[in-house]
Amino acid sequence: MAAVASPNRHLKTSLKYLLLILVALVFVFPIVFMVVSSFKPDLQLLRDTSSFRAFLPVGEISLDNYFAAFRRAPVGLFVFNSIFVTAITVIFSLFLCSMAAFSFAFLEFKGKDIVLSIIIATLIVPFETIAVPMLMVVNALPWIGGNGITWGWLNTYHVQIVPFLADALTIFLFVQFFRDLPKELIEAARLDGASWFQVYALVIVPISGPVFATAAILKFLAMYNQYLWPLMVTQSEQFRPVMVGLQYFFQLNTAWGEVMAYLSMITLPVLAFYLFLQRAFITSIASTGIKG
Amino acid sequence: MKALNLLATSLALTTALSGVALAQTELSFWYHGAGNPVEREILVGIIDDFNTTQGDWKVVLQEFPQAAYNDSVVAAAVAGNLPDILDVDGPNMPNWAWAGYMQPLQLSAGALDGFLPGAIGEYNGQVYSVGLWDAAIAMYARKSTLEKFNIRVPTLEAPWTGEEFDDILATLKASGEFDYALNLGMADQGEWYPYAFGPFLWSFGGDMVDRTSYETAEGALNGDAAVAFGEWWQSLFTNGYVPGTSQDMADHETGFIDGDYALQWNGNWVAVKTLEALGDDVLFLPAPDFGHGPKIGGASWQFGVSATSEHPEGASAFIEFALQPEYLAAFSDAIGLVPATAEAAALTQNYREGGALEVFYGLSEAQATLRPVTPGYVFEALEFRKALADIANGADVVDALDAATDAINADIARNNNYAVAP
Repeated sequence: MAAVASPNRHLKTSLKYLLLILVALVFVFPIVFMVVSSFKPDLQLLRDTSSFRAFLPVGEISLDNYFAAFRRAPVGLFVFNSIFVTAITVIFSLFLCSMAAFSFAFLEFKGKDIVLSIIIATLIVPFETIAVPMLMVVNALPWIGGNGITWGWLNTYHVQIVPFLADALTIFLFVQFFRDLPKELIEAARLDGASWFQVYALVIVPISGPVFATAAILKFLAMYNQYLWPLMVTQSEQFRPVMVGLQYFFQLNTAWGEVMAYLSMITLPVLAFYLFLQRAFITSIASTGIKG
Repeated sequence: MKALNLLATSLALTTALSGVALAQTELSFWYHGAGNPVEREILVGIIDDFNTTQGDWKVVLQEFPQAAYNDSVVAAAVAGNLPDILDVDGPNMPNWAWAGYMQPLQLSAGALDGFLPGAIGEYNGQVYSVGLWDAAIAMYARKSTLEKFNIRVPTLEAPWTGEEFDDILATLKASGEFDYALNLGMADQGEWYPYAFGPFLWSFGGDMVDRTSYETAEGALNGDAAVAFGEWWQSLFTNGYVPGTSQDMADHETGFIDGDYALQWNGNWVAVKTLEALGDDVLFLPAPDFGHGPKIGGASWQFGVSATSEHPEGASAFIEFALQPEYLAAFSDAIGLVPATAEAAALTQNYREGGALEVFYGLSEAQATLRPVTPGYVFEALEFRKALADIANGADVVDALDAATDAINADIARNNNYAVAP
């Protein structure tokens, strides 16, 4: 019997891997196409799209598109702006949202459930519907900076950061994770005399790596891909992020090679960030599945 | 002593120079050309010339990418921080003027003499914007193809008639030598549809709205002429003469050059690229005449003054300064568009007499027709685009045009005939 079962098992495994490889290719091909195309001249790039050559670094290959992209737009400035805005937002967002979630998960106060419900309900409000009112609000707000008190936040970094420091999805993720942690840990810490902040900082945060990684990746992607809001609030090139910068490449005659070069360059930070947190992210997703 | 003299001279010079700088009032200028270093170089040159040749105004440029420009202007209008000078796509100007984003220009008498009609943005009897250039569309063909199939080369005076054009498409299709007889650019589904295909409708005698009142599309977009246009439009797809709405962008960009398409309906901004690829074999032909004259779309990007500018006289002074023939010619040479005056055309490499693109100036002059000059055009363009795509995909012609007409009429009614600003 064992001799009969073995080939079947091998066949099943092979088929499973074949299927997985095919699915993986579907996700990998666009990235391969983007990177490979970034080295080709426009005409060749467009002609290659009708064949498998689109995924191969063949024909006239050069770095010309990359040099041209830097001539067309301040790529370095856009990448810096995006990374700066994203990093600051992610760091503060993780801190603020996890603290908020901690209070919802472990503290008792009046109206807790209603407040949490209201926060979660905001998930269904599309950003586009509140963008204009938000624009009017930030345009009328004061800010204290190097020039003293100024009015209106347009054309600044903080106008791209402050409105996104807390969001319902991140709070929800933390609340879900915290609620599944053993209550005994908190009780033991409290019995030992720890303050609530000490419980948060010394007990909860150290064992919540996966949810921090997940929240960080999701927030990073959301912030790095911001388009509409920065478009509305950054009239000065000095503060524009990468996604608004992408529009620099769509002219009457679009230089597709440069588009691909620019996309390749702005995708690198995202890939690097994901790879850095990949293990924790997968752990978080996997553990969520097991709990369900 | 020598050092003291030097110090005193330096101080005097610094004071004098800063005095000039202080005397100049700053004018902010928003432009849609970010990402186009060639355009930027010319624009910065014009601004520098203006800033140094007078002492009253100092123009400061802020560039935006074209695809994001309109949204940026609308957001700025909401926030109340529009610049002094802005540029606007010609057909959008009436909407921005009606919405209170723009004010009429204060130009000297005769400043626009000799300008192509498509370069002048007039609304409610006042000039709100003016373009340094216009764009034009032509029927791209290969001389060798026309000769091979014994097809007459049309001229401005004797363009192809509608029937003649249909026969040509049938001949080219039947030859089996091409994937499609004609590339209309169906892959480009933005403003291209009303800009490029609206002229066919006009040539049939229809329109997107009744231009006598701009208060209804009834009869204009769903009358006999418009239905005839719609049926012809659908026949292009059912006969397999042109690729459909799912056309690949790559095919659109290379199909004519590669010989997959026999003809191409395209703008002058790809003319230089096509000439480089095909040389003398390429021809730029006038639009066919479907009964009411051959037509192409007019009006490209133009300069205007925002309604909130506190210095409209300075903003207008800059715009008038920029209208000098050498600047018009410089822009044309750099970005390939049609210079706004004949005087400027004579100074250009491509549009002067005997120039490779001279024909486009003639097309602009003879055939250019403005898209409906009404604040409602922005909505009408969307409905027109949808109707054309639906018809191309097999929708009933009358139903599709009726639906677009109803939607446009509802929009006009919703906005009180666009008579009063919002």
